[in-house]
Amino acid sequence: MVETYLHLLRATVRAQSQYRLSFAVDAVGTSFGVLLDVVSVLVFFRVTRSLAGFPFREAFLMASLATFGFALADLVAGNVDLLRFNVRTGRLDALLVRPLGVLPQLLVLDFAPRRLGRVVESLVVYAVGLGYAGVGWSPARALLAVLAPLSGGVLYGALFVAFGSVAFWWIESAEFANGFTYGGRDFAAYPLTVYSGLFRRLFGYGLGFAFVSYYPALALLGRADPLHGPDWLGWCAPLVAIAAALAAGGVWRLGVRHYRSTGS
Amino acid sequence: MIETAGLRKEFVVSAKVGKLRRERRVVAAVDGIDLRVERGETLGYLGPNGAGKSTTLKMLTGVLTPTAGRISVCGLTPVPQRTQLARRIGVVFGQRSQLWWDLPLRDSFDLLRHIYRVPAPEHAGRLAECVELLDLGPLLPVPVRQLSLGQRMRGELTAALLHRPEVLFLDEPTIGLDVVSKQAVREFLTQLGRRGDTTLILTTHDLADIERLCRRLVIVDHGRVVHDGTAEELHSRYGSRRRVVVDLDEPLAEPVTLPGVALESAEGLRLTYQLVDGTNAGALVARLAAAASLRDLAVVEPAIEDVIARLYARGATG
Ligand SMILES: Nc1ncnc2c1ncn2[C@@H]1O[C@H](COP(=O)(O)OP(=O)(O)OP(=O)(O)O)[C@@H](O)[C@H]1O
Ligand SMILES: [Mg+2]
Repeated sequence: MVETYLHLLRATVRAQSQYRLSFAVDAVGTSFGVLLDVVSVLVFFRVTRSLAGFPFREAFLMASLATFGFALADLVAGNVDLLRFNVRTGRLDALLVRPLGVLPQLLVLDFAPRRLGRVVESLVVYAVGLGYAGVGWSPARALLAVLAPLSGGVLYGALFVAFGSVAFWWIESAEFANGFTYGGRDFAAYPLTVYSGLFRRLFGYGLGFAFVSYYPALALLGRADPLHGPDWLGWCAPLVAIAAALAAGGVWRLGVRHYRSTGS
Repeated sequence: MIETAGLRKEFVVSAKVGKLRRERRVVAAVDGIDLRVERGETLGYLGPNGAGKSTTLKMLTGVLTPTAGRISVCGLTPVPQRTQLARRIGVVFGQRSQLWWDLPLRDSFDLLRHIYRVPAPEHAGRLAECVELLDLGPLLPVPVRQLSLGQRMRGELTAALLHRPEVLFLDEPTIGLDVVSKQAVREFLTQLGRRGDTTLILTTHDLADIERLCRRLVIVDHGRVVHDGTAEELHSRYGSRRRVVVDLDEPLAEPVTLPGVALESAEGLRLTYQLVDGTNAGALVARLAAAASLRDLAVVEPAIEDVIARLYARGATG
């Protein structure tokens, strides 16, 4: 099964390699994206020494976690936003008559290798963030340092899929979906303590963005939660990610059932 | 092989009324279709534009979820058992491609081998056969986007057959093809149908496809079956008649009348007679030859186009 998808992935890369120039332009374009994400956090510390109770090195770790997790999700699932094109044109018909899942086919067939550049860059930023934050390393924390961005990636990926599925009902939903996914990345780039009340509850806990960067970073740093949450919350990121992935799968399947093709 | 009962598909369409208001309306694209197709049958699925042909095929292949009714294809229920079913059917939607646009045609066939997990030797055998019959050899190294429509369609047919499907669904496989390509496709499908191990379901607007390929015709209109049977049954049911057209050297002295024969028109020296069911042309021709000298004579078989045009027209008014 995996082998089949690898064949398809190679075919996608081969097909895209015919358009080298646009590949290069895109790759350069996306690297500016990562730089901007990081700079937006730096900007705050020009005017203040701490952000909602966190010094620069800790806030930077949170921002780098969010950016890296997001880049991973964007690489794998970012192209779900092409779903609306596939739904509008009826291209999904062709995928539905094959003996493979529709979602994995879409992700593989529309895979954009240029997004790899972003993953590499944000990985470097994350490594710098970890080194600079002064983590007191232990085997458990090393494991968490790996699991946290992966969980963040799965969570963002689930959001990409769940909000992307809205295109099955509402073709012009891209802006709406981007609001949640890109919005979620920006949300998690700052310590949760920045937000208040309803906003924090809705996005931090409701959609789970608090588990992308804030709680894992606290656990890595060995810091108590200023919001008085228990210490083990940092370790919940994988569970939150799995729950989000299951929910997204459900929404997706519902969407496929709702697919109405086009007249032909 | 295929069985449906009360198959129905509704679409909610919204149309703009005025500036901001939208009106939602439910249209039944497929409105209660009962169909039974046996293994190895070749079935022509006809109907005017918008009759619900493509929608039916999409439900049979698991693309669309029916609003109501039962379907079984190869003993499976299409939507819940979509991937299982996909291994056992082949689909050619004239307007949707299964091929990789930017890669050589050969690569698409190779990828489909992995997707359907066909053993390499079996795949090679089938491919060689299709390449030979459809004359694909020179096209294999060409990127699909550079193929002409007819060339690509031959590729699509091959792509749909490489995993040896039990049922092949074809939605307008000859649309936009020139005479030669059409003939190649028809010839290929005829051979496939003759072998008897593949069930073929074909929609088309080209009635020549149907006459060549299908013994059984199912005609739908407004989502309902209006005829299910052979072309002959269609003719006799809708009273299409053979005609005798004669050109005379001089006018008839008195009209020729025979039981089972009706004069349809007389334009100058050209007379057209209709033969009511089962009447032979022989007696009429003999009487005419005795009554006047004949310059020319033709017996015209009823055209399937005429019957179907009449059938569609009835649907439109009724
Ligand atoms: N995705 C869709 N959304 C809304 N209405 C649709 C959709 N697909 C088909 N219809 C409607 O359903 C009806 C049947 O369409 P269908 O495509 O099955 O017709 P068809 O018999 O294949 O016609 P044609 O010969 O023109 O291909 C039409 O009235 C069409 O407008
Ligand atoms: Mg159609």
